[in-house]
Amino acid sequence: MRASNTGRRAPGEPRAVGYLYILPALLVYGLFLLYPFGQSVWLSFLHWDGLTRATPAGFDNYTSLFTDPSLRAPFGHALVLLVFYSALPVAIGLLLAGAMSRIRIRGLTFFRTVLFLPQVLAMVVVGVAWRSVLAPDGLLNDLLRAVGLDSLARPWLGDYDWALPAVGIVGTWVMTGLCMVLFLAGAQRIPRELYEAARIDGAGALREFFTVTLPGLRGEIAVAFTLTIVAGLRNFDLIYVTTGGGPGNTTSVPAYEVYHRAFELNQVGSAAAIGVALTVLIFVLTVSVSRLVEGRRS
Amino acid sequence: MGSRNTGPGRNRRKSAPAALAAGLAALAVLVSGCVPGTGGTGAADGARPGATAVPDAADAGNVTLRVWDQEVRGGTHAEIEQLNKEFQEKYPNVTIKRVSRSFDDLKTTLKLALSGNNPPDVVQANQGYPDMVSFVRAGLLTPLDNYAGIYDWNTRYPNTLLNLNRVSADSRRFGTGRLYGISQTGEFVGVYYNKKVLADAGIEPPKTWQEFTDSLARLKDEGELPIQFGNLDKWPAIHTFGMLQDQLGATDTRNTVLGRGDGFDTAHTKDAAATLADWIDRGYLPKDANGLGYDDANKQFAGGKGAYLITGTWMQADLKKPLGDKLGIMPPPPAAKGGTPATTGGQGLAWSVTSRSPHPEVAAAYLDFITDEHAADVMTENGVLPAVPGKAADRLDPDSADGQMIASWRRLNEDDGLVPYLDYATPTFYDTTSAALQDLIAGNTTPEEFAAALQKDYGPFIEKQRAPEPTGS
Repeated sequence: MRASNTGRRAPGEPRAVGYLYILPALLVYGLFLLYPFGQSVWLSFLHWDGLTRATPAGFDNYTSLFTDPSLRAPFGHALVLLVFYSALPVAIGLLLAGAMSRIRIRGLTFFRTVLFLPQVLAMVVVGVAWRSVLAPDGLLNDLLRAVGLDSLARPWLGDYDWALPAVGIVGTWVMTGLCMVLFLAGAQRIPRELYEAARIDGAGALREFFTVTLPGLRGEIAVAFTLTIVAGLRNFDLIYVTTGGGPGNTTSVPAYEVYHRAFELNQVGSAAAIGVALTVLIFVLTVSVSRLVEGRRS
Repeated sequence: MGSRNTGPGRNRRKSAPAALAAGLAALAVLVSGCVPGTGGTGAADGARPGATAVPDAADAGNVTLRVWDQEVRGGTHAEIEQLNKEFQEKYPNVTIKRVSRSFDDLKTTLKLALSGNNPPDVVQANQGYPDMVSFVRAGLLTPLDNYAGIYDWNTRYPNTLLNLNRVSADSRRFGTGRLYGISQTGEFVGVYYNKKVLADAGIEPPKTWQEFTDSLARLKDEGELPIQFGNLDKWPAIHTFGMLQDQLGATDTRNTVLGRGDGFDTAHTKDAAATLADWIDRGYLPKDANGLGYDDANKQFAGGKGAYLITGTWMQADLKKPLGDKLGIMPPPPAAKGGTPATTGGQGLAWSVTSRSPHPEVAAAYLDFITDEHAADVMTENGVLPAVPGKAADRLDPDSADGQMIASWRRLNEDDGLVPYLDYATPTFYDTTSAALQDLIAGNTTPEEFAAALQKDYGPFIEKQRAPEPTGS
């Protein structure tokens, strides 16, 4: 029978067949991601207003990323936002997961759901909700005034010093739930024996966290960092809805600047250069994370 | 009225859903990067040999007219729908295919649609450098001067309004040159007031600027918020500041915006900035303005908080609904009683004909139809301010907000009191001014530094504009 013919081959042979399997996905990926990305790279070497003939720009669009303060600043803001989008949520998530692994909490599912809820909401909804919370007469200021901290009340999103942290805190609120759920899932995989062994050896809560929980969650931490860093750097919708980059330019971020330049200022080349630079930055950071945290060597 | 999204300053306002749609659509469009970018569109320069007599759209055979507009809001939406229906009844051979999108959505998709192979016939183009001038430079719009002659648009519109839709032959300046569109609606930044709040404080609606500023002090003493104001969205202050500047130097500001004035490093720019800062200091405007959204501020005013609100007539319908008879509007009171008022204002987006449209004469007939006297009455009936008010406007109660709006509009046009939006001045001026104004309101800059910041954007741009045309552009 003919079937016996194919049966004689080792599974997965010939090797080339494998490419056939990934072909559909590769086509879609190539068509909708690789090709446009190539176009963006091409555009970034041009001066183009989106309508008339483009002129070659050489590396102009890239050098101005370093020399033009209005382009440098957004990247600075993005790095500040990473503290709020990435570092804080991971830290808080670890703390919560660590606490929950020691103490049995009643209604755990409920709290987990509540903390995860921001992840389910569209970012625009989150933005609109927080815009009203942070308004001069919003919930936060009302709360501060109610407890007599009038001096702390301020127009958060309109304050030059506080607008960026205020937007950042929204990111923390959104991302913490994701990190916590990841870490809780990971913590359940850590064998109970390790905790018992640690306790028999006389480890306290802190010791137990650092010797058992933290190493056990290494993979999850890498995932959490990767997801939150990507989310933090490509942050567009939240800025668009809450501050539009203001007050002044204190909250402008690269992704917002891409939109702004391409569609409002007709500087498509410059926008593309920011987009490419942002892609490179995200790539470098995520590769570093998987090397450093996960210990993976490629 | 519903046209609050129709101009350069207001366009940045976004409701949440619009923000989502615009933002995501924008990124999607950019990411999928439909145009590789070296093409240019190479359309003809658009100067068609035009007709000389009124072309009859009925003779054009079966025509499908594709119209892209951004009149998605209540009054303007209804008015356009009605006029479209009437136009198709008048010319049964014409079918109108209307695509209406919010301003932000239109702005992000129009460029690609225009430069594509199958552009719409009629589009609404935003005045100023980023949109209309760029489109003209790329040869995407048809000059309408011929039709303006045929249809008497030159006499229908005041020159101030018509000029804003002109682009120079070398496609570098606007405000002069060929006509590339006509507008349906008018708009101006007025002083809205709450009649009840004023009456409770024992204040008559002010007739002079002095009375106006006196009333601010008095309202403040009474514990009332004199002027409601929210500037989180960055652009509202452009209108507030523009109005203040127009009181001190309307003519020069207008010339400067149109590229032939003294620029922004002027005494009246600094004085207007000082007044704005002073009003914040004195609490005439809320100190937290930079943190309060435009919509929120309007909502608070509509809820009775604040005696005055300085904003554009595009807000009228939304304010009238909750305030009813309590709402009043006037142009900024002039320096002397009975003097000429001046304020920021202009017209709705221009309706333009694309250069690749196969039926420019039908498109022009459509433009004429939606802007003529009958159209003006349809607009008035729908609570929209027509650029040239018609008979229906005369029947409005002069004491109603709508009547006051029409009367103010007529007054401003007669007295040449309209000054174009400041953000027309340079392609990046919106950013420059809005950021500088937020700085000023936060007390981070002095009026001198503010004027210098504006001039730093304006000066080099104008210098380039005035330089001889570089070869091979």
